Amino acid sequence: MATQTLPSGKKKESSWALLPSNKLARREAIWFWVFISPWVIGFLVFTLYPILASAYYSLTVYNISSPPRWAGFDNYVSLWKDRVFWKSLQVTSYFTLLSVPLGIVLGIALAVLLNQKVPGVGVFRTLYYLPSLMAGSVAVALLFSWLLNPQFGVINLFIRNLVGTNGLIPLGWNGPRWLQDPNWVIPAYTMMSLWGFGSTMLIYLSALQGVPTALYEAAEIDGANRIQRFFRVTIPMISPVILFTFITGVIGAFQQFTQAYVISNGDGSPAYASMFYNLYLFLNAFRRYRLGMASAQAWILMVIVLLLTVAMFWVSRRYVYYESDEEGGI
Amino acid sequence: MATTSIEQALPSSKRYMVSKKRQELVIRVIATLICLAGLVIILFPLVWMISTSLKTRAEVAKFPPVWIPAEAQWHNYRDALTGNNRFDLYFKNTLYYSVGATLGETLSCALVAYGFARLRAPHKNKLFVLVLATMMLPGWVTLIPQYIMFSKFKWIDTFYPLIVPRFFGSAYLIFMLRQFYKGLPKDYEEAGLIDGANYFTIWWRIILPLSLPALGAVSIMSFMYHYQDFFGPLIYLSSQKNYPISLGLQQFQAPFGGTAFHLLMAASVVTIIPPVILFFLAQRYFIQGIVVSGVKG
Repeated sequence: MATQTLPSGKKKESSWALLPSNKLARREAIWFWVFISPWVIGFLVFTLYPILASAYYSLTVYNISSPPRWAGFDNYVSLWKDRVFWKSLQVTSYFTLLSVPLGIVLGIALAVLLNQKVPGVGVFRTLYYLPSLMAGSVAVALLFSWLLNPQFGVINLFIRNLVGTNGLIPLGWNGPRWLQDPNWVIPAYTMMSLWGFGSTMLIYLSALQGVPTALYEAAEIDGANRIQRFFRVTIPMISPVILFTFITGVIGAFQQFTQAYVISNGDGSPAYASMFYNLYLFLNAFRRYRLGMASAQAWILMVIVLLLTVAMFWVSRRYVYYESDEEGGI
Repeated sequence: MATTSIEQALPSSKRYMVSKKRQELVIRVIATLICLAGLVIILFPLVWMISTSLKTRAEVAKFPPVWIPAEAQWHNYRDALTGNNRFDLYFKNTLYYSVGATLGETLSCALVAYGFARLRAPHKNKLFVLVLATMMLPGWVTLIPQYIMFSKFKWIDTFYPLIVPRFFGSAYLIFMLRQFYKGLPKDYEEAGLIDGANYFTIWWRIILPLSLPALGAVSIMSFMYHYQDFFGPLIYLSSQKNYPISLGLQQFQAPFGGTAFHLLMAASVVTIIPPVILFFLAQRYFIQGIVVSGVKG
């Protein structure tokens, strides 16, 4: 199409021209710009300008009531020295490392099970998906904060009945204090996020159904058992989907906010154990009105997510298998 | 050995088939059992939510807990939705901006996706990569300048910041619709152009009616998001008359164990009913949407 070359070897169009010279193609290109104009305007006003503006604000002291005052890298320096900032990074990384791989493993495991010609697959699919409809909502955050209550919560009741002092298997473990114990806060949040794993499971289920049966048959003839077939055929064939869910999962986990805000009443308690990165950003921006400082946090977040994404793509090049696609991958 | 005599009498390939079939049956049974057990765990919180919403305050505080309330307290629902917490108002507010945002998002995404899917222009693919790249961008980076911008417009404590930006498309939904549009045959444009229609007419008269299922999926996803959004309202809405249900629910929380869980759960049940109904009505499109965006990602 656009890269058609003339016999002389030169490209037909100057590669920077926005509109082709041919009349019909020109008309089509003009319509293209008309159609995508909402996105172009939105991108300039609500994305590009804010990114640049927040870079500028991050170098100022700004509390919205008086104009921003230039401060150089002061915000970044004070964040570097801020123990709560480091704590928020640690909390978020821990949560990401725990919840994303677990979600993927659980999603694949369940998708594989449902793919075994289980009767009523449609019903299972629907019901497993149901929680992910509401997993991020305030209602669910409040529900879990109650389920996880150390004394009256139902989760600890089960634990006590199973392994408690007078339980079925008396190991004397009466369950952790979950959201009240700094060491158990992140596992508790991980549990909440895993509850909504149905959407990941659905993606894997359809990926599994896309793996050609001929590959399994060939592997079976070659003497591969079930486990070998899973690791040598299934996993490589769905590896692009794993990469996709991994990247979106990491980006999502880094933006955890609602549950932590609702459950900890916005203060990251206990002992900053639920001070997620964005919760601290929010507190600096909208409770203390340190908009410059919060902008610096936002920029650091963007750089972290960008580096992580690039790193994940780079590491995955060796492991992810792409079928040839005439569209060039997109 | 005696029981296998029939199998032994069969030729070895058939015997292999029989044992393979039996093995598959065993695996199917085990898989079904595990799936059922998982379902019990995953649905338990919802059942607990409903059961609690029908208890008396005394039953809620009982330990070990009451699983099924002695008498269903249906009036909890009335008590939760009226009184101090004006849930009728919160519902109206939520619907108002969710529907506005959904309309804007669906319309703008349909336009933009059509351009990217079916019209040719220089640099189109590079631009589309940019669209996808914004999907990876954490929304928090643009948050503060947007807030400052909207406060200069005097839009704080109005619904505008929650609705207006949605009229400029969103990367994820553009991507989903583009996948759908690419699947339609190219003949529509050719036929339309020969009949003297322009691209806008072709989009409006031919492509839009054909893509109603996809538009349905996109608008449902969009609505679900805005309906449950907590963060946007938290930042932009400050007076109680503008509160949506997500902020209203949070008001049930009281310190030192004072939270009225039976009322909170009743209100929660009511707030999750609309998304659940919507999901069951449009399940097929909804699941398709998730699957398409995931697999082709």
